[in-house]
Amino acid sequence: MAGRLSWSAISVARRSFGLQLRGSQAQLINSRTLSSALGEEQPNFPGSRSKWTEKLEFVQPDLYDGIPVYRVMNRKGEVIDPAYDPKLEKDTLVKMYKRMTMLNTMDRIMYESQRQGRISFYMTNYGEEGTHIGSAAALDDNDLVYGQYREAGVLMWRGFPLDRFMNQCYGNEGDMGKGRQMPVHYGSTEHKFVTISSPLATQMPQAVGTAYAFKRAQNGLCVICYFGEGTSSEGDAHAAFNFSATLDCPIIFFCRNNGYAISTPTSEQYRGDGVAARGPAYGMATIRVDGNDVFAVYNATKAARHLAVTENRPVLIEAMTYRPTLPSHPTPPHTPGEDRALHPL
Amino acid sequence: MQHVSGALSRSFSTSRVAAATQMTVRDALNSALDEEMEHDENVFLMGEEVAQYDGAYKVSRGLWKKYGDKRVIDTPITESGFAGIAVGAAMGGLRPVCEFMTFNFSMQAIDHVINSASKTFYMSAGLIHVPIVFRGPNGAAAGVGAQHSQCFGAWYSHCPGLKVVSPYSSEDARGLLKAAIRDPDPVVVLENEILYGQPFDISEEALSKDFVLPIGKAKIERSGQHITLVAHSRAVMLALEAANALAGEGVECEVINLRSLRPLDEATIIDSVMKTRNLVTVEQGWPQSGIGSEICARIVESPAFHYLESPVVRVTGVDVPMPYAKSLELACIPQQHDVVKAVKKIRCSRRRWLTATLALWLLTAQTTANVSVVQTYIKLEGVIPQGTVRAAREVCTRELAMERRS
Repeated sequence: MAGRLSWSAISVARRSFGLQLRGSQAQLINSRTLSSALGEEQPNFPGSRSKWTEKLEFVQPDLYDGIPVYRVMNRKGEVIDPAYDPKLEKDTLVKMYKRMTMLNTMDRIMYESQRQGRISFYMTNYGEEGTHIGSAAALDDNDLVYGQYREAGVLMWRGFPLDRFMNQCYGNEGDMGKGRQMPVHYGSTEHKFVTISSPLATQMPQAVGTAYAFKRAQNGLCVICYFGEGTSSEGDAHAAFNFSATLDCPIIFFCRNNGYAISTPTSEQYRGDGVAARGPAYGMATIRVDGNDVFAVYNATKAARHLAVTENRPVLIEAMTYRPTLPSHPTPPHTPGEDRALHPL
Repeated sequence: MQHVSGALSRSFSTSRVAAATQMTVRDALNSALDEEMEHDENVFLMGEEVAQYDGAYKVSRGLWKKYGDKRVIDTPITESGFAGIAVGAAMGGLRPVCEFMTFNFSMQAIDHVINSASKTFYMSAGLIHVPIVFRGPNGAAAGVGAQHSQCFGAWYSHCPGLKVVSPYSSEDARGLLKAAIRDPDPVVVLENEILYGQPFDISEEALSKDFVLPIGKAKIERSGQHITLVAHSRAVMLALEAANALAGEGVECEVINLRSLRPLDEATIIDSVMKTRNLVTVEQGWPQSGIGSEICARIVESPAFHYLESPVVRVTGVDVPMPYAKSLELACIPQQHDVVKAVKKIRCSRRRWLTATLALWLLTAQTTANVSVVQTYIKLEGVIPQGTVRAAREVCTRELAMERRS
């Protein structure tokens, strides 16, 4: 039975809708013929493509150790395998470093603003700067970004000025959103960053829809959709993953797995091998990376973009990282826990 | 919460006098949940952050510590998922309390609330009960923008098969949540984030473990004879504040706290309007198809219509998605002056109505020299304010003069 149908095949099939009944009858006859010839060697079900087995055994969730975490640098920041050093230009490296530091600094100032009552709400990006800058640097400036709410570094990489970050948070007359939105709900048509929307995961099917539109437009661009591991529990995530694959969309799903959703740890969020394990199940090329390693994030995103744009297919990147602070401000106190020792910051 | 109940029970035995014990709405909800979970082991709480975190708004503080993983369950982030699971648990014999972090997020799960829960009793011809409670904060908070500020009173109260309550005070919160949990059918409890921290006086009776309030019955918070104000949840506070301000100007408002949106206590509103003859509805939600619209329609369809001296006025939130900036937000939520203005507008139109009626009477009296009419007019003079009588006499004189000229 047909596995992955190409785009042109789908259009042909659509056009011959009127002949569908007869076609399927023909297919039935064909498959019966096939099965009588091949049915003994290979199952011929429309729903799957695999082999026979006579062993009664369940595939257990702990079948394998888990999808490995791709990294370029060790904990000391030394490149382990020079073959995978992206060999970025000095200017790019300096820009990356400067933007990560600027993001961290802006966060500190805005966090304190919130504690002082100058703004009512703020979300910091501590610990996840690498995921933003690494991925943003690997994209085309015109690739559309759908964020969740913890991706200010992507905007910063693209040149969103500090003034506009401030104006949005303060909801003052300089705010292009005219005070309509809560702080950190940035958006910019100019920087190709879709305005943040509060309900979780709603950006995911929207991102797929836009990627589909990009494919139709044949503009050589892709969409990147950021979300947290907690958000991946929402029904919208399932729909987004499934549609991105069945509609062959040029989209990168970038999951920031920082270990917590407010106070809910990943052990309560899911039981499987994280979000990455779901990728192949939906028909997506998948990779898990060390989110704190900016080169690994860069390499993975660059390769993902290439796949997405040249082959019109979705790619899932799960960036493992850690949120050392509170999820947002204000929020009642919560201690991150003993595992803090694993991620000294 | 056990600590607080302990303290209260000590004072219970030493003083019979109705000491003004105060309790916040948060503690009221917490104690109600605690007592119902103790009373029936099938009752359990599920939602995001309800367990170890004590609840996003601390309403379930201490419950996970007391009852453990089996009775207080943290869910992954999927409202449609856990609402569906809660409905299934209810159909399977448990009594879930399903918490939405705010009712804005219930939109992700609304198919389960309506199609899976509230329609089931009817669709099964009475065979299947779904004893579930959906609760969480509803409506405008402070500085949380459009996607966190919508009021769902109108949406949920629209649907048959669902009961909808909207508590205001701590007594309301305790009595209505307990009634909701004990109810065999789906109940939506629309709380209010701003009211969580608000302390209210609470009676000893309201603190007892079996205290329940009837769903579908409103409460008259304040008696008055000039005009009726009807509100629910936070807007009750607004109506009471406006009533106090107006009392200083000689206008006595009767304030009705709806407590329930479905069933709506139309009898209480009708009786009140028949007494005061004027009605203003107050709510924070949007005007179109809102609670005020429904109340107005019901009054028009009832005998109270003929008692109205002026049109019904709705005071509502502004018809826009809630903006974030403080100055804009304040302009979008009804304030005390909005309610006072509405009442005064009615008083004006009422005066015009009275003037017109009186003028007609006087004209009739003068032209027909009808003695009984004149006698009635003299009796009325005591009831109607002098200003109105004077105005009526002026109108009448003017009309007669015009008639003589023509």
